[in-house]
Amino acid sequence: MSGKKIKEESRHLKRFHYTVDTVIDKPFNWKQIWRLMQYVKPYAKTYLPGAITAMLISTIIRLTVPILVGKVAIDMAIRDENPALLTYLVFIIGILYVFNYAANVFRIKWVNHLGQNVIYDLRQHLFSHVQRLSHRFFDSRSAGSILVRILNDVNSLQELFTNGIISLLMDMVTLVGIIIILFVLSPPLALAVVIVIPLMFYISTKLRKNIRRSWQEVRMHQSRLNSHLNESLQGMRITQSFSQEEENAEFFSGVNKGYFNSFRIAAKKSAMFRPLVELSDAIGTVILIAYGSYLLLLGPENGGIAIGTFVSFAFFLGMFWEPISRLGQMYNQLLMAMASSERIFEFLDEKPNVKEKDNAYSLEQIEGNIAFENVEFSYQSDRIALKDISLDIEAGQTIALVGHTGSGKSTIANLISRFYDPTKGNVLIDGHNLRDVSLDSLRSQISVVLQDTFIFSGTIMENIRFGRPNATDQEVMEAAKVVGADDFISRLNNGYDTEVEERGNILSAGERQLLSFTRALLANPRIIILDEATASIDTESEVRIQNALRELLKGRTSIIIAHRLSTIRDADVIFVLENGSILEQGNHEALLEKEGKYYHLVKSQFHMLDAI
Amino acid sequence: MGTFQKLKEFYWPFRSYFFWSIFLLLFMTAITVVYPVILQITIDEVVIQNRYNLIPYIAAIFLGLMVIKGLTTFGFQYLGDYFGMTSVYHLRKALYNKLQRLSFKYYDNAKTGDIMSRLTSDVEGFRFFLSAGFAELIRIVLLITVSLTVMFYYSVSLALVTMTAIPFLIVVVFQFDKRVHPSFRKIRKSMGILNTRIQENVSGINTVKSLSREDFEIDRFSTSNHDYKKRYLDTSMIWSKYFPLMELIGNICVVALLSYGGYMVIQGSLQVGELVAFFSLVWYILGPLMNLGFIINQFSQAKASGERLIEILDANEDIKEKETAIEVPINGHVTFNQVTLTYIKDDDSALKNVSFDAPPGKTIGLIGSTGSGKTSITQLITRFYEPEKGEVLIDSRPVWNYKLKTLRKHIGFVLQEPFLFSTTIKENIAYGNLDVTDEQIVSAAKRAEAHDFIMAMPKAYDTMLGERGMGLSGGQKQRIAIARAICINPSILVLDDATSAVDMETEFKIQKALKEVMRDRTSFIIAHRISSLKHADEILVLEDGEVVERGTHQTLLNNNGSYRRIYDIQYRDQEEMVQTSN
Repeated sequence: MSGKKIKEESRHLKRFHYTVDTVIDKPFNWKQIWRLMQYVKPYAKTYLPGAITAMLISTIIRLTVPILVGKVAIDMAIRDENPALLTYLVFIIGILYVFNYAANVFRIKWVNHLGQNVIYDLRQHLFSHVQRLSHRFFDSRSAGSILVRILNDVNSLQELFTNGIISLLMDMVTLVGIIIILFVLSPPLALAVVIVIPLMFYISTKLRKNIRRSWQEVRMHQSRLNSHLNESLQGMRITQSFSQEEENAEFFSGVNKGYFNSFRIAAKKSAMFRPLVELSDAIGTVILIAYGSYLLLLGPENGGIAIGTFVSFAFFLGMFWEPISRLGQMYNQLLMAMASSERIFEFLDEKPNVKEKDNAYSLEQIEGNIAFENVEFSYQSDRIALKDISLDIEAGQTIALVGHTGSGKSTIANLISRFYDPTKGNVLIDGHNLRDVSLDSLRSQISVVLQDTFIFSGTIMENIRFGRPNATDQEVMEAAKVVGADDFISRLNNGYDTEVEERGNILSAGERQLLSFTRALLANPRIIILDEATASIDTESEVRIQNALRELLKGRTSIIIAHRLSTIRDADVIFVLENGSILEQGNHEALLEKEGKYYHLVKSQFHMLDAI
Repeated sequence: MGTFQKLKEFYWPFRSYFFWSIFLLLFMTAITVVYPVILQITIDEVVIQNRYNLIPYIAAIFLGLMVIKGLTTFGFQYLGDYFGMTSVYHLRKALYNKLQRLSFKYYDNAKTGDIMSRLTSDVEGFRFFLSAGFAELIRIVLLITVSLTVMFYYSVSLALVTMTAIPFLIVVVFQFDKRVHPSFRKIRKSMGILNTRIQENVSGINTVKSLSREDFEIDRFSTSNHDYKKRYLDTSMIWSKYFPLMELIGNICVVALLSYGGYMVIQGSLQVGELVAFFSLVWYILGPLMNLGFIINQFSQAKASGERLIEILDANEDIKEKETAIEVPINGHVTFNQVTLTYIKDDDSALKNVSFDAPPGKTIGLIGSTGSGKTSITQLITRFYEPEKGEVLIDSRPVWNYKLKTLRKHIGFVLQEPFLFSTTIKENIAYGNLDVTDEQIVSAAKRAEAHDFIMAMPKAYDTMLGERGMGLSGGQKQRIAIARAICINPSILVLDDATSAVDMETEFKIQKALKEVMRDRTSFIIAHRISSLKHADEILVLEDGEVVERGTHQTLLNNNGSYRRIYDIQYRDQEEMVQTSN
């Protein structure tokens, strides 16, 4: 890096970077459509036929009425002065409209039932699938990106599955129906008038695609704007501390302007859409007026048309646009659906790295002996996290893992819970290879307490019960008492029924940790793993937690990962790790006597306390 | 109208766009109604009376009118949009600048989500109303009036017969609107719950997996998913009830038109062409009426949105710069004289009569349990809040005497939660001082013990930090935050529990480096660990906003007070250990 100053003219405009999804549509893909349609299958015999029938009825009625009005009513009843026929017709049309009403009621009902059920199934399938995926999957993705797929991508298919499929059929039926009717009424006039159809199609697909692209551009700018707003609100205290208000305002001004400009372009294109459509409509009308009048002049006897036919044409011409417009919209919707469904299927095709064997057996109540046999592990192929580790832990022992960040402590813990499978070697519990047992039977006997306890929104009671959903209130409270969490919970306004949430400030770090201890105790595991569980807690709380810990570890195999020596000292065996290998092992006294790595660690820690 | 009056400054300067748009609308509507009239003339004047020589004129006039209509439609829509987006551009700017100025007090009580929804949906709702809502209302009224006029011109009695069902339609439209909006709100709410469910599940996936609670979670998700489906279907039921009904009423009008109009034609009191024109005109009235409820709803929503925006614009700026505020270099001599601070009126005071003196070169340690007032002290120095009583002095001048920028530029603040922005590590470290050189950035990072792990990253200092600095451990974020504070070369440095997630060895190194940097400056260190602040020149032990003990590490140990107690808890182990190891 050179010594040049970073400050430039455009400096403020580039100070933050927000990544935004850019690809929003994808080329048409039959395979994907087919796969999506599989979700409609369960309803192929329930909602689908009803919806199609209702749709057909209302479409036919909509097509029949203009003929009845134009051809029959005007030509035969009114022009021929036949009031009886007119009364009769009015009656028939009235009845048809009532049928149309009923058909529409059912169509809307069934179409929505179909769509919402499909969306529900798809979302449920996706969520359940993601839920079963392994740690590796979650390691490489942010919570936000997963959320977007389960929520937004599925939602964007909603319109396709509700109105989309039925509309597609309805519009095609309507369009073909109109063309047939026009040709039956008067082939020459029909031929002249349908010229506008390709024109309309062109506007509806191509122009609309162009417009949609512009709006995508707007959305990209908008999401940049929103990301910045969100971040600037969350970081407001930092901004004010460093008095960067004006600089940020300058950045925002740039983002705001970008949004404005993209919006202006999109609005301009959109504003052209309707006029062009109406103009193409007008061309049809001009043809009708010019050529239709000529045919009227000839009269029906000489290959021309009657006035009723002319009127029917006027009606039908007005009906062209709607189905064509919707088909164009459908086409665009399908392209977007391609992108969403591709992202959904990408998740669905993801296989869990840690897989249960087909013949996996359920682990009985375990003792808690753990063995590693020449275990090697790497998170990514080039980065080895554990090298040829072999160790034996007896049931009921307390084990401490010591070493720098990245030395492999957490990895060992992760392998015991089988969040990952070793790249080489085996992990055994009571002699059972973890690869052979069912995940649920294994993990239900192991509890892990992490540095950041996750609090789900809900009551304290529900949060603790997360460790064992079928525990009674009584059992929850007893566990809280044993751990010493009962004190602070009782002091809260609503006691165990107090609502808490992840971002809420009701609980301090120490209290959260006590909750997670209670949660772990309630689960009553045979093996317990504490991964830096007491790192971010103030002294007063720590004293309370030490007692809680003692209760929690009693009679269980425990693996403790910690920096603080006070937590480690009482362990039965301490493993000192470095770069993925075990350097030393033994109890506190033995290791000190050895005057090796552990000895130096202890020494330097104490030395630091004194030196400053 | 009060709301629109108050927001006038944002849209009134651009009113000419709006008025031009309305002017074009007049043409547009007039031409729309011309279509059925031309149809009528074609049939009645041309066909029936066999005056086919008129055809080319009619066709030409029609085409000409449609081209004009196309142009006016474009102009009407684009100018309307332009009016809305320009107004909102300025509104958004004003909101952003206002938010920059609001004090900590405002943010203590505000929820980010709530402000965000005001800045996004409410601004958007307001724009939509300016762009389309108001003009649309005018359009509907115009179209209906003109169409009705033409109908009455053709035949008063037929017009009346055709319109009999209209009152029913209006009732249905308003009924529908009244019912559909609450149900939309329920859908949105249900969506919000579903969102939280997924977010929580994914963020807490480690907990879920280690307790093997996947099935339980899938069940819980299914409940929310089901609720969303149900809400959606409830809404579609309302649609299925009202929409076909609206169409039916419209169709009844058409049937009435056909029967009475047909009868009139047979009788000879109406021309065929006029009847045909009526068929078009009736939909010019029915269609807009069905939208009327939507537009009116838009109006009331825009008003509510506007009110929420005014709330932000009118929010009280507690911390204001004095007119006479000065801009002088700050040495960093901090003095508190009998300072009392209360966050919320009638609540317990956060600080009670706190006094101390910290000349440049001194380090003040603050210790005490959560809520004892440690952070409050430091936030008064930067004037994030104002004391209720007493004086906060820097270089013997009250803090309100300084320009805010001057004051804060000289104070390096490392907050409890190390918030990092979505940009490169380099930009994050240079956040407070844009004039800094690359060398200075590296040197700050080195002192904060951040250089090594930054260099180990694939793009070193150019590594992007995602939302909320994802991808870094808590300790790494804290170290970048420390580098950021050092980088502004502050006269006063505040470390608020800034190394809690850093391991002891690293903390030790950082402290050594800081000691050198802060030689002639004032430091405030808030910490839980004795090791973090035992070297301070004066340690204040706080309890419930009061200084209960003060002095150096050694004096406090001899005091046998709460400091001693904390020390014992933290050191007992170490001492025993040293004995065993010797």
